[in-house]
Amino acid sequence: MAFKVGDKHEAVVIENVVRTHIVKYAGASGDFNPLHHDDTAAKGLAGYPSVFAHGMLSMGLTGRMVTDWLGKGNLKKYGVRFTKQVWPGDTLTAKGEVTNVADAGNGKQLVTVKLVTVNQAGESVVEGEAVAEV
Amino acid sequence: MTQEATQSLITDEMRATIGQESEPWTLEVDKLSVRMFARSVGHTDPVYYDEAAAKAAGYRSLPCPPGYLGTPIFNPATSDSTFGGRRGAGPGPQPSRPLTRILNGGTEIEYFDDICAGDVLTATTHTASFEERTGSIGQMLITTSKTVYKNQNGKVVAIMTGTGIRY
Repeated sequence: MAFKVGDKHEAVVIENVVRTHIVKYAGASGDFNPLHHDDTAAKGLAGYPSVFAHGMLSMGLTGRMVTDWLGKGNLKKYGVRFTKQVWPGDTLTAKGEVTNVADAGNGKQLVTVKLVTVNQAGESVVEGEAVAEV
Repeated sequence: MTQEATQSLITDEMRATIGQESEPWTLEVDKLSVRMFARSVGHTDPVYYDEAAAKAAGYRSLPCPPGYLGTPIFNPATSDSTFGGRRGAGPGPQPSRPLTRILNGGTEIEYFDDICAGDVLTATTHTASFEERTGSIGQMLITTSKTVYKNQNGKVVAIMTGTGIRY
């Protein structure tokens, strides 16, 4: 499949975040920071309204859209900034747009995509870029 | 000029740690951990779950999904009980004023080869820079770190640049 600048793809990567999603990620990553699973700690220690998702969970969810779209195993670079926290109840849509296509020199394309993942209010929670050899 | 009254968060002791390479630590990638991670972020592609599908797609075994770079081997004597990584691998010397909140500002991973179940990675990390900025949440300390991951053959397979925000 040949990609060209301007190609777009988007996918709902998680609907209605619940604590179960966050706990699953905590178990898989080994990151048991109480801010992500213990409401008492999130409110009491840090003054947050509730627990919130690990930034790396949003990165992993956004990465799923990337590999489903561009193919797996060919990522050269994947970088994100976390622009807003993700809270229980949020629904996230990951959006990608091809911004550059270069010749990888081996018959493949080196495809750069701009990434934005937004919540149900349209606010970006993740912004970043991925480069894949396709 | 109230700006002048604001004390820098970055101390000499902190500056002295820039570029200092940490002790190495070991991370394992195995089928169970790849499946757990893939499940936690909702992958449905069988290559992350079924070794036969992974091999048919050209991998040695289940490949790491984006964002997963192995699980640090947990040792109750030396590991951090909260984060699972090496104990004492935390933020290092404290800034001039205590900062209680920490956010993950961003992560970038550069990949140089496949990372699959069965791989054993060795990582070292160092602080690349400290910066301070004043934003909507007040005075912030921004720490950039670089972590290099080598596989069992000594090949650098990934470099992760992390940005931590404390305020």
